[in-house]
Amino acid sequence: MLNFRSPETTPLVRLNNAGVRRNGRWLVRGVEFSISPGEIVTLIGPNGSGKSTTAKTAIGVLKADEGFVERKAGLKVGYVPQKLAVDWTLPLTVERLMTLTGPLKGREVEEALSATGVLHLAKAEVQHLSGGEFQRALLARAIARKPDLLVLDEPVQGVDFSGEIALYELIKQIRNRTGCGILLISHDLHIVMAETDTVVCLNGHVCCRGTPQAVSQSPEYQKLFGRRAASTLAVYSHNHDHTHLPDGRVLHADGSITEHCYPGDGHHHDEDDNVHDHGDDCGCGHHSRLHGFELKEKRDV
Amino acid sequence: MFDDFFVRALVAGIGIAVMAGPLGCFVIWRRMAYFGDTMAHSALLGVALSLLLDLNLMVAVFIVAASVSLLLLFLQRRGALSTDALLGILSHSALSIGLVIVAFMTWVRIDLVGFLFGDILAVSESDIDIIWGGGILVIFAIVYLWRPLLASTVNPELAEAEGMKPERARLFFMLLMALVIAIAMKIVGILLITSLLIIPAATARRFSSSPEIMAVLASVIGALAVTGGLFGSLHWDTPSGPSIVVAALALFVLSLLPIGRRRLEAASHSTPGGHH
Repeated sequence: MLNFRSPETTPLVRLNNAGVRRNGRWLVRGVEFSISPGEIVTLIGPNGSGKSTTAKTAIGVLKADEGFVERKAGLKVGYVPQKLAVDWTLPLTVERLMTLTGPLKGREVEEALSATGVLHLAKAEVQHLSGGEFQRALLARAIARKPDLLVLDEPVQGVDFSGEIALYELIKQIRNRTGCGILLISHDLHIVMAETDTVVCLNGHVCCRGTPQAVSQSPEYQKLFGRRAASTLAVYSHNHDHTHLPDGRVLHADGSITEHCYPGDGHHHDEDDNVHDHGDDCGCGHHSRLHGFELKEKRDV
Repeated sequence: MFDDFFVRALVAGIGIAVMAGPLGCFVIWRRMAYFGDTMAHSALLGVALSLLLDLNLMVAVFIVAASVSLLLLFLQRRGALSTDALLGILSHSALSIGLVIVAFMTWVRIDLVGFLFGDILAVSESDIDIIWGGGILVIFAIVYLWRPLLASTVNPELAEAEGMKPERARLFFMLLMALVIAIAMKIVGILLITSLLIIPAATARRFSSSPEIMAVLASVIGALAVTGGLFGSLHWDTPSGPSIVVAALALFVLSLLPIGRRRLEAASHSTPGGHH
């Protein structure tokens, strides 16, 4: 595997115990990770677990209410937000979208658009694109400005399975060619890009982290996904023994509800589990099996 | 040089239309029509205060409109009420407070209808200097702020992530709106300023393939509406504001007719949403 990281490389961005609070409620707390040039970090977690909040905190769109975020001076970010709706009253072609936040040469625009396979749509209005085409156009816009850090919030949403594989391959190529760091938010709790260096699972806090298990190593997955997909996708297998309810309380595996999910509240039954291979600081009682091959999340709630 | 009141009104009106064009585009792209209305309605409070404190009329209106927009920004951050409700409260209370203050000042006689609906006789030569001076300032500011304004219109978080300052762009935008309202009030009237921002921009949409073309076209269409409206106002002795709006509406309706090569489905594509 290509490794662009060297010990002396300073990270592009580093989150230290970062937390964001809104209306008296912590959206996410105690987040720690860093992204170095050439590194791919994937954030996973259920809806409302703070993935987008974490990504926005990393790039400075949101301010951390506790902890702090260090960014390399002059960090150039390319951002693909999760939701982007362009009002129909705004006449915006794909070509014009490309230079939204900064000027580009015509050649740079063309290169980026052909890299993501939407060069033929350069003159089309963005409101007329399909979901997948629009995602590709947004990705082209983000890479055209040659960022140090590419932040992609669910880039494969609205893209079909083969399109998803193609987009992941493209992201890998971009990393290999430019050596930029990539922060990827995955819509899938278990399937991530094979090239991911670090998976960070969030659920209002960092639940667990690790490296994904390459699908290509398992014949069963090769059969399920096909050969091409198997080299692109990876499985991050893990279980959670509690669910965060919308009101901030926590539903545990035994059906009880507590105010928080900190250790020692008597609802974690597998704290002595030997498979529990993440740090002691987490203490939320789940275990992460990086070597497991279960496709479906084993949730016994 | 402009000894004729009509030529003065025409020159002033065209100046207003030119600066209202690009600003109006942002108003519809950002869905701020009701917000513009609120700022415009607060202009009457500015009129009342200028009479009460013996301030320059345009300066007073600018200060009040800018303050109202800042107040709204502050209340939005508190998040207790929806923006819609806040706008409703601010818009009508500012207008009413202005009317009440004017009614209390029995020693001044003001032409309320002129302020509400515009009066082409009201434009003086110094007004023209202010309108064109202010207009050039507004155009320069828009050109300078174009990229951050447009980027934050598409997505504020994207703009901020990529090194722009959407909050600052928004603040400048609101100050420019306040400036245009202060300048345009005499000709178009407080109640109808927003229509001069919105209708030409909406008309321009169908013929535009880029935001920049739309901004320029909106200015041109606005200038046509002002010219047509003022001639109508002179001919039929109607208030200038409503006459200009009617002319703008006529151009808008013409733009809807299935002529020209541009597809209409672009405009009718996403029917719901739109403006408040």
